[in-house]
Amino acid sequence: MSSETISHETAHTDHDDHPAGHAHPGDKQYIVVALILGLFTGIEVLTYFLDFGSAAIPTLLVLMVVKFVMVVLYFMHLKFDSPVFMRLFITGLILASLVYAIMLSAFEFWS
Amino acid sequence: MAETATIPVPAAPAAAHGPHRTSTGLSHNKIAMWLFLASDCLLFGALISTYLLYHDRISQLQLGPKEVFDIPFTSVSSFVLLMSSLTMVLALSALQRGDIRRNRVWLLVTAMLGATFVGGQVYEFTTFYHEGLGYTTNLFGSAFYTLTGFHGVHVTIGIVMLMSLFIKSLRGNLTKENAETVEIIGLYWHFVDIVWILIFTIVYLIQAAS
Repeated sequence: MSSETISHETAHTDHDDHPAGHAHPGDKQYIVVALILGLFTGIEVLTYFLDFGSAAIPTLLVLMVVKFVMVVLYFMHLKFDSPVFMRLFITGLILASLVYAIMLSAFEFWS
Repeated sequence: MAETATIPVPAAPAAAHGPHRTSTGLSHNKIAMWLFLASDCLLFGALISTYLLYHDRISQLQLGPKEVFDIPFTSVSSFVLLMSSLTMVLALSALQRGDIRRNRVWLLVTAMLGATFVGGQVYEFTTFYHEGLGYTTNLFGSAFYTLTGFHGVHVTIGIVMLMSLFIKSLRGNLTKENAETVEIIGLYWHFVDIVWILIFTIVYLIQAAS
């Protein structure tokens, strides 16, 4: 009886952080994203100068999340890179959010 | 006795094999940076949570956020740091195209914008100190200086890394082939930016709006 052992058949694959057809954006797209981020920052700062009433804090929180996501997706390329990186980062974010939400609850922060 | 024939896999020369052939098919350096950033979320999560707990534990006579914060000034600093993220991706994009000259320019501009932000933070800290808010004045002071100070240290480390890249480029060691180095340092830089997006809203703007 004979058997063939092919060692390292798939151990080394071509490096491909970017799934097919998902190249990084061009300079123009980066500039557009930065302009949108600048605009959102301007709106955030307006909440200091103008009276947004009870809408101020929700507006600030939404803009904060949108800016955060835009930088992560476009500037950090998570929209275009391998989903493995996205999973790693989301895991850290969720872990941190859970741990500190529990910690703040333990200190009765929400009340 | 079983006969085993092994088909040897020829070892490719280092140059052809390149740094990108890994067991995962992904760049391990990039995975390491993402792991570090994921763990850094926990550090800043701790600092932001601590600030949230302690920022209002001050007596009426003591200096608090509303007395010391200068929102227009911090808004400009925030905008500067946000735009440094743009120049960072432009530096990476230039190197990926093989445009080394533009890469150097954008790296330098990013470092300068970062230095401007840190300079603004030093000015802010100095002003607060002269107004009477020291590190141990009250819980707000301790939590605020610790949170923003740690962020400032991150930005400073980022500037050092950017200048190292710039010097490497001047020596001719930063080319299109090792653009991943710039990408990885860029990830760190953008992370510092997103942390500031959180700090600017949670620490400064919501405080001012409430």
